[in-house]
Amino acid sequence: MTKSLATSDPWRTLARFTSARIGLGRVGSSLPTEAMLDFSMAHAWTRDAIYTALQTEELSRELESAGFLTCRAWSRAKDRVEYLHRPDLGRRLSPNCIDNLHSHSDSGRRLSIVIADGLSSLAPSQHALPLLKCMLPQLSEWEMDDVIIATQARVALGDEIGALRGAEAVVILIGERPGLNAADSLGAYLTYKPHVGCSDAERNCVSNIRPTGLSYERAAHKLIYLLHEARALGCTGVQLKDDSDVVRLGAVR
Amino acid sequence: MVFSHTTHGRTYRFGDLKALLAKASPLRSGDVLGEVAAESDIERIAARYALADVPLTHFLTEAVVPYESDEVTRLIIDTHDEAAFLPIRDLTVGQLREWLLSDELTVETLTGVASGLTPEMVAAVSKLMRNQDLILAARKCRVVTHFRNTLGLPGRMSVRLQPNHPADDIQGILVSTIDGLLYGCGDAVIGINPASDSTATAIELLRALDNFRLRFNAPLQMCVLTHITNTMGAIEAGAPVDLVFQSIAGTQKANENFGITLALLQEAHEAALSLRRGTVGQNCMYFETGQGTALSANAHFGVDQQTCEARAYAVARRYSPLLVNTVVGFIGPEYLFDSKQIIRAGLEDHFCGKLLGLPMGCDVCYTNHAEADQDDMDTLLTLLGVAGVNFIMGVPGADDIMLNYQSTSFHDSLYVREVLGLKRAPEFEYWLQQMEITDAAGRLRPSQVAADKLLPGDLLGLGGA
Repeated sequence: MTKSLATSDPWRTLARFTSARIGLGRVGSSLPTEAMLDFSMAHAWTRDAIYTALQTEELSRELESAGFLTCRAWSRAKDRVEYLHRPDLGRRLSPNCIDNLHSHSDSGRRLSIVIADGLSSLAPSQHALPLLKCMLPQLSEWEMDDVIIATQARVALGDEIGALRGAEAVVILIGERPGLNAADSLGAYLTYKPHVGCSDAERNCVSNIRPTGLSYERAAHKLIYLLHEARALGCTGVQLKDDSDVVRLGAVR
Repeated sequence: MVFSHTTHGRTYRFGDLKALLAKASPLRSGDVLGEVAAESDIERIAARYALADVPLTHFLTEAVVPYESDEVTRLIIDTHDEAAFLPIRDLTVGQLREWLLSDELTVETLTGVASGLTPEMVAAVSKLMRNQDLILAARKCRVVTHFRNTLGLPGRMSVRLQPNHPADDIQGILVSTIDGLLYGCGDAVIGINPASDSTATAIELLRALDNFRLRFNAPLQMCVLTHITNTMGAIEAGAPVDLVFQSIAGTQKANENFGITLALLQEAHEAALSLRRGTVGQNCMYFETGQGTALSANAHFGVDQQTCEARAYAVARRYSPLLVNTVVGFIGPEYLFDSKQIIRAGLEDHFCGKLLGLPMGCDVCYTNHAEADQDDMDTLLTLLGVAGVNFIMGVPGADDIMLNYQSTSFHDSLYVREVLGLKRAPEFEYWLQQMEITDAAGRLRPSQVAADKLLPGDLLGLGGA
């Protein structure tokens, strides 16, 4: 940017103590041009994260090169506009994909992983596979199911998928509602013995997974811990505590 | 009672009052989601014709949520003021609109009827009003409240300074607070939404804010927006609680979903009053509301979201609040889909609250999955400034890094003051001048002197700023 005509704030160095937009300076009552454009660009990233479709074939190829088998699922919401209007449709599978999802586990120890767009396709496309790679070496107690890639999905869709797969537990890795500083934030929701109609209180959540938020390693550690404890307790949800680390439910319910 | 209207040979029937109110409501996604919206524009306007002819007295005989099973309905009916109702007793809803817009209506008359109006009457008339009507009538209302300063005086608008931090970091919160004060914001309240839901965190934040206030002898009130039971715990622990905060809704079941009852609100109100921390008055409650709250808790009972919202104001006014804030665009697009719906809802909430006698502010805001942007917030902010809103939010750069949504900024408040000539609370204007943050006209001064005053080197443990 060319030199600004705005007055800068003498306290702008305080900005190192917060990621809030302080010390922006002003011209008259208004924002300097660069600060205004910075905001608009951040908003553009969030809009893009919400409206860009998850590239399912590319994600599937990446997962398969890393040794995972994959299959597809999609909700009853036919497009993004309907998805945003009708959260209830995003929580149920389209009848057209149910036949292909029926499966059976002999071990009774199956873990199903669902990768879902949620409100940010950026989040799963960037962070789901690196997180899975961190988790995999610590999942020897589980029978790994194929990875299910789900679109126009809300959190509860994972429970219906998990039930069809005969899973002991399901983890859905889903794009959270993007913030200006976090368009790529991934949430992980865990349900033990999943079934259609599970309430929010029956799931555990690990939130804000991204390199500048909760790292892959720490998120994987939490999820492995929660999976282990869920099996011991026989449930997930409010009874299962990860000390203070269980983040509030809420992102894409 | 069945209501009906016939147009072009077709008769539209509405089975009861709540169905009539819902069908008459301007289109919004939450009423579609709740399956109460009109099925066509023609049905919607037919409902408005029918609604216009409903006598106001009918609202005292037909409850939208049963009296027997809902304590909010009981509050509304049991506290209805017959004497205050007298001047409008013989009007229909359509006539009430005309009464509100007439030249003869004075501030005093309007203030006098507030306790004679029920939320459902106010919601009903709002459905017959265009945006300009909502602005014009709200502008005639005057609701003044006091704690350490005076809010709601004519020609003035205040700002809640919202210095949130995702980890409740005290330094992070204080630097945002200083930034806001240097931009002349904070007279409504300095209010933190904590990331942590614990009493201990609330107490820590309250002490930090109170020390800061005392250090500069600022005529301001502080608040940590945590659950009311946490604040009651903080009061018991001797923490400096100025205002008790709580989110509220318009049905008993929705309030139960928030973990509150009217008895609990009463208890908290009495506890806060007993502290007598206000200097110019004792309005010590801060409530937040928003259309869609009841439906999101599956507690709307077939009532449209705007009527549910107005019922929440009946809860609020029971406790003489300092501030009532409709957080209009926070709830998301499944309730208010786009800027048209958000702008309309913001104007409705402000109008309904003011008419019922509440000190209404508005968090002019949106989430990133709603069809809205900062241009739309400029529009709603300007409209509410014209309508005489008591207060707005001031968030650094309009970007709340804890709650991940966009609101109005410190700069936005300067803009609306400039175009509409709106002053701050008088006590705060005086303090800002003493601190050399503003000049005698209330405009920001070149900032070095003021910054040096607010930033003594040891304040943040920075060793010189």
